[in-house]
Amino acid sequence: MNKLVKKIDTAKGKWDKLKDNREPIVYIGAASCGRAAGALELKEAAKAFLDDNKKSARVIEVGCIGPCYLEPLVDIKMPGQPRVSYNNVNAKTLQMILKSHFVNGEPHKKLALGHFGTDDLDGIPRFWDLPMLKPQVRIVLRNCGLIDPEEIDQYLAVDGYQGFMKALKSTAEDVIATVRQAGLRGRGGAGFPTFRKWTVCRESPGEQKYLICNADEGDPGAFMNRSLIESDPHAVLEGMLIAGYAIGASKGIVYIRAEYPLAIERLKRAIGQMREYGLLGKNILGSDFSFEIKIKEGAGAFVCGEETALIGSIEGKRGMPRSRPPFPAIAGLFGAPTIINNVETLGTLPNILRNGPEWYTRFGKEGNRGTKTFSLVGKIRRPGLIEVQLGTTLREIIFDIGGGVQKPFKAIQTGGPSGGCLSEEFLDLTVDYESLASAGSIMGSGGLIVMDEDTCIVDLAKYFLDFTQKESCGKCVPCRVGTKHILEILQKITNGEGTPDDLLALRTLGDTIKKGALCGLGQTAPNPVLTTLRYFRNEYLEHIKDHRCRATVCKPLIEYRVIKEKCTGCQSCVRVCPTGAITGPRSEPHNLDATKCIKCRSCYEVCRYEAIAGDAIVIRTAESKS
Amino acid sequence: MPEQIRRILGKHGRSPDELIPILQDVQAAFGYIGEPQVKAISRYLRISENQIYGVSSFYAQFRFTEPGRHGIKVCLGTACHVRGGGTLLDSLEHGLGIHCGETTEDKRFDVDRVACLGCCALSPVVQIDRDIYSRMTVNKLTELLKNYE
Repeated sequence: MNKLVKKIDTAKGKWDKLKDNREPIVYIGAASCGRAAGALELKEAAKAFLDDNKKSARVIEVGCIGPCYLEPLVDIKMPGQPRVSYNNVNAKTLQMILKSHFVNGEPHKKLALGHFGTDDLDGIPRFWDLPMLKPQVRIVLRNCGLIDPEEIDQYLAVDGYQGFMKALKSTAEDVIATVRQAGLRGRGGAGFPTFRKWTVCRESPGEQKYLICNADEGDPGAFMNRSLIESDPHAVLEGMLIAGYAIGASKGIVYIRAEYPLAIERLKRAIGQMREYGLLGKNILGSDFSFEIKIKEGAGAFVCGEETALIGSIEGKRGMPRSRPPFPAIAGLFGAPTIINNVETLGTLPNILRNGPEWYTRFGKEGNRGTKTFSLVGKIRRPGLIEVQLGTTLREIIFDIGGGVQKPFKAIQTGGPSGGCLSEEFLDLTVDYESLASAGSIMGSGGLIVMDEDTCIVDLAKYFLDFTQKESCGKCVPCRVGTKHILEILQKITNGEGTPDDLLALRTLGDTIKKGALCGLGQTAPNPVLTTLRYFRNEYLEHIKDHRCRATVCKPLIEYRVIKEKCTGCQSCVRVCPTGAITGPRSEPHNLDATKCIKCRSCYEVCRYEAIAGDAIVIRTAESKS
Repeated sequence: MPEQIRRILGKHGRSPDELIPILQDVQAAFGYIGEPQVKAISRYLRISENQIYGVSSFYAQFRFTEPGRHGIKVCLGTACHVRGGGTLLDSLEHGLGIHCGETTEDKRFDVDRVACLGCCALSPVVQIDRDIYSRMTVNKLTELLKNYE
C-alpha cells in the first residue's frame, strides 16, 4: 500500500500544480457527444492558434459535464484566474475566445457561459449556479468533465481509490454492512438492494466467483453509462474493486456495448494504468485480495441487459434469458456465483466507502437513498446528462433543470422501452422506485424522454413495441407472439384502419404478456402501450374514429399541401423533391401532386427555414382536407 | 487456412466463450462473416458450423454479406425517433433505392438502423463509417452523402 500512497502524493502534487497552474490550460469536452459536435476539430484549431501565436498551454480532453445542448464546450484556465467555460463553440468563436484570453489577458465576457471560481468574475455567472446545474446533486458524476479521464493521476488527486483502500482495511462483511446502511439500491432499473444480492453471493459456496459490470446500455435514448465511463472510467473500476472484494470475487468482467468505441478505449487505458499502479493482479496493495478485470464487448442485443442473457452471451451462446432460480448470485457465469451490477451502482460505491454511509443517506428520501443519473432528452430546451436526488419531482427535472418545452408539454417516458409514458397530471410525481411503479412505469436505467404536442402517442407506443418485438429473443411465447400481435394492431391503428375493439385486444394482450413472459424485459414490454392506453386514450380514439393524427406524424393520415397565397415560387422545394411531386414555374405558386408525394419532409424543411415567405408548405391531417 | 484468419484465431483460446470475440475480430478484419471463416472457426473451437451461425445470427452486430464502401447507420433511438430519425431512414431508402440492411448495387453504401448511438441530446444523428453527424435533416443528409464516393 505504501507504494500507492507515495504515488498518490505525487499525483496530488501534480494536481495542485495543475490547479494553481503556472501554465494555461485549455479543456476540450470530448466525450462521444462533444466529438459529434466537433470537439476534435476545435482541439486541433486551438493547438494551431497557440503555435501561431507562440503561446504555450496544455490542451487536454475531458469528458462530459452534462449540458449536451451546449456542446461543444471549451474551458480555459489562465494562471491565477478561475476556469471559464464557453458553450457552443465554433471555429470562429474559438479564435475570439483564445484571443481574448491569450492576447488580451481577460475572459471573453460576452461569450462566457460560467466560471468555476468562488468569487465574482466580471459579471460572468458561476458555472454551478446556472439553472440547469444548480438543482443537481453530483455524486456519481462528480469528476465528469473536470478531470482528464485518461490520467489515473488526476483521479487519484481527487481522492480516487480512497474508498477502495478504506474497504481493504475493513472486512468484506463490514463493506457489505456499509452498503446496507447507505441504503444503496441497484441503479440498473429494478432497484434491488445491492447488499442483499452481495450477501447471497458472498455466502454461496464456490472457489471462483465473478463480478460483472453491466455496461450494455441498450435502452434507446439513454447514455448515462456511456458518459460516465468516457468521463471518469476509474470511478467505475474502483467500484468493481470494492464490489469484488465484498463478494469475494477474483475476476471482474465489464460487459459493454460495441457501439461505444470511445468508452471501450478509455476503459482499456484505465485498466492498463491500474495494473501499472498495482491496483490489479495478485495481492493488491499487499493484501490477500487478488483481482483481474477483463472487457467483453457485447454484440448488439437489447435482451443481453438481462442478467441471465448477459451471462449466456459472455459464455459464447445466444443471449437468451433462463428461468430463475437459481439466481446468478448462486449459479451464474460458468455455474459459479456471480454478481452483476450496473455501471452507476459501481460508480456510486467509491463515494459511499470514502464518505461513509451516514453521508450518503443525507441524499434522497426514506427507502430511496442517494442520487440517480438521467439522460434528459427529446423535445426539451436543455437536454443533457443530469444527476438528481431521488425524490425530486418530474416537474423540477423537466422545467427547472431542463428548461421546459418549447411547445406545450404532452408526456414523459421514463425507463425506456420497458417503462411507461406519463401525462401532465403526473408532473408532481416524485422520481423514486415505488412512485414510478405505482403510476405504471418504472425507474429503469435512467432515460427520460420528453414529448410535446408534435409527438404522436400512438406512434410512440408503436415505436417501442417495434423495438421490443425486434429485440425479443423468441424463447417464450407470450413475448415472441404477443409483442408481434400488439405491434400489428398498432400498425393498423396508425394506418387509420383500427376498430374500437382493438383497444380491448391491446389491453388483454398487454396483461397476458406482463403475467406470462419469462424475463423482466418481456414482462415490461407492454408498459408503453398499457400506460398510453390509460393516460392518452383519446388519441387512440382519434386515430380510430376520426382517422386523425393530431401531431401530424402518422403518414397515412396526413398530407402535404402548398398554400398558394404564401408560395413565392422560389423553387427551393422543386429542387429538393425526390419524386418530382412539386412542379411549377419560377415566381408562380407551385403544385404538389399528392399521388407522387412520399411525405419525406424535404420540401417542408427547406420552405420553413430558407424560403423568404416561409411556411408555404404545410402538413395537415387528412381530415382537414377541405 | 489463409494467413489472415489463422492470425485472428491465434490470438484467442479454444474455449467456447471465445466465439463472440473471434466473430467480432473476423468481422472487423473482413467486414463480414463469410463461409470460409465460419468453417475455420468451427474447426478451431471444435463446435459445429450450425452453432456458429446460431450464435452469430442472434446478434445485430454480425453480417453475412459483403458491406458497401461506406456504412450508413441511422440512429433510431427514442430521442432520434421523436425528432425525425424515421423520416431520415425513409428518405435514404428511397434515395438509394435499397432497404434497410441492404447494399447499393454499386457497393457504394449500405444502410442500417442502429438502436442508439448514445448522442441523444444531439438527435437525430446519423453515423457514416466512423463519423457521427448530429442534428440531421433530410436535406443536410442528401448533401452529406455527396462527400462519400
